Amino acid sequence: MRAISCIAVNVFRESVRDRVPYNLVVFAVLLIASSFFLGQLTAGQDVKIIKDLGLAATSVFGLFIAIFIGIGLVSKEVERRSIYSLLSKPISRPQLVLGKYAGLVLTLAVNVAVMTVAQFAVLAYLTWTSDPAIQSAWDAPGIDPALLKAIALIFVELMLITAVAVFFSTFSTPLLSAALTFGLYLVGHFNADLRNFEVAVNSRTAAWIARGLYHVLPDLSAFDVKTQVVHGLPVPAGYLALTMGYGGLYIALLLLTATFIFSRRDFK
Amino acid sequence: MTGTSAAAAHSTPGVSAFVYGLAAAAIMAAAIGAQIARDRIYQQRERDTERILYVRSGEAAKRITLDFDALAADVYWIRAIQHYGGDRLVGARAHKYELLYPLLDLTTTLDPYFTIAYRFGAIFLSEPAPGGPGRPDQAIGLLQKGLIAQPTKWQYFHDVAFVHYWHLRDFKTAAQWFQRAADQPDSPNWLRPLAAGMLTAGNDRASARILWTQILASDQEWLRKTAARSLQQLDTLDVIDQLQAVVRRFPPPPGAPYSWDDYVRRGILRMVPFDTTNTPFDIDPASGTITVSTASSLYPMPSLPS
Repeated sequence: MRAISCIAVNVFRESVRDRVPYNLVVFAVLLIASSFFLGQLTAGQDVKIIKDLGLAATSVFGLFIAIFIGIGLVSKEVERRSIYSLLSKPISRPQLVLGKYAGLVLTLAVNVAVMTVAQFAVLAYLTWTSDPAIQSAWDAPGIDPALLKAIALIFVELMLITAVAVFFSTFSTPLLSAALTFGLYLVGHFNADLRNFEVAVNSRTAAWIARGLYHVLPDLSAFDVKTQVVHGLPVPAGYLALTMGYGGLYIALLLLTATFIFSRRDFK
Repeated sequence: MTGTSAAAAHSTPGVSAFVYGLAAAAIMAAAIGAQIARDRIYQQRERDTERILYVRSGEAAKRITLDFDALAADVYWIRAIQHYGGDRLVGARAHKYELLYPLLDLTTTLDPYFTIAYRFGAIFLSEPAPGGPGRPDQAIGLLQKGLIAQPTKWQYFHDVAFVHYWHLRDFKTAAQWFQRAADQPDSPNWLRPLAAGMLTAGNDRASARILWTQILASDQEWLRKTAARSLQQLDTLDVIDQLQAVVRRFPPPPGAPYSWDDYVRRGILRMVPFDTTNTPFDIDPASGTITVSTASSLYPMPSLPS
């Protein structure tokens, strides 16, 4: 456990050295600037749009970090040959993979946390400057704790994408890993359509295959509750728990497979 | 290296940096000049490009935008506002507001809970030219789509009723929709008497005043402006009724045309009458019918008997 945490902290430090936190500045500027301009353009929908923009930006910036750092976590060590010196230390291969993964998740957690604080700060400002009569017409309060539900699911989705990137990174080149991870991200968002495939095709076999793929591929659309949260619609705690549980299990499966592949890999 | 040559060695990069800076500024200025010239020459072409809607299928847009459908809905909403505002500001143009319905349809498919997009559509899609495309059928279609997403939203029932009442003049159907709005949870208590009043009195200004006064209390500025204009129109209809009575009571001498100057000269009116936008009323020389001038911002007027 100590070895995993040491590797994780080092991955986090490396991401700070790689200027990953710069995207936080971009995020904050984007939100603050938009809050001033959107009010003029959106016919009174500024709070909704700030929430949509904030949640989407959290998701996009996180996705870029997850993919572009995740794909290089293991493969970079192999390319640089620093893997030899790493593995000569008292670190097992599964510990290395898990440590790298935990480090990137830590980076993502810090990013998501800072973005959340920035978003709530902008929303607090908007709430403070808006007339109570206007506030009463909002679908949901400006400072709405329910936003945390959407952010929590975005974070679990990012953890899952990171696990996919690390998984591909253990046996593929960075470019191919990026393409595969992004491909799986796209497939994951169309996945829900496979569930109802029998409505579109007559073939029972094709419908069964589609249903099988629906269960095997990651179902990423389930992590999207942004619309419900922004409009103040209920997101049941049971739904949150089941989706997070599904995400956790899928991550565990990916990391297990990644450590298995990496443990059997020959670096000669 | 001597002191002089060392100084020269230091000053040369400074001078070249200045020259580079100057050159960069000149190139930037030239680029901006070219951009301004292009915008002036090809202004119309740019406007035509802006009026193209590449994705018209809401379902396709929903798939293309992945997780970001709500944000895409915001983008289409802003585009709908710009499209409506732009067409309202410019003069006569063929196919005015032709993208308003597709833009609102896309917005509401991407985000089915975007309440204000449905309500905006209800008011402005049904507005006759020059204020809108005059398509109450599209307005009702959009609101019925909203009712699929939120079947108990009393505001959508109310807006369907409003379109039937104000634009289609179908008071019986309007009363039925007001009644259905009143049946929804959290609906305001003024809906039920309004529905009953409409069933009995039908086409009257009192009901219109109640409706527009409710809309005047909206949190949306553009709705308040529309309500204020409509209330002004109702007041103007009252003024026209009073003027019409005067004109009928004191007709011009046989063979002479109806004219405001004649009424002022005869001392029946102190001055030429103006509407609330300071535009003189029109009077038909042959029949004496008084109408709002086409130059007035109140034109076209609704037709509601007192």
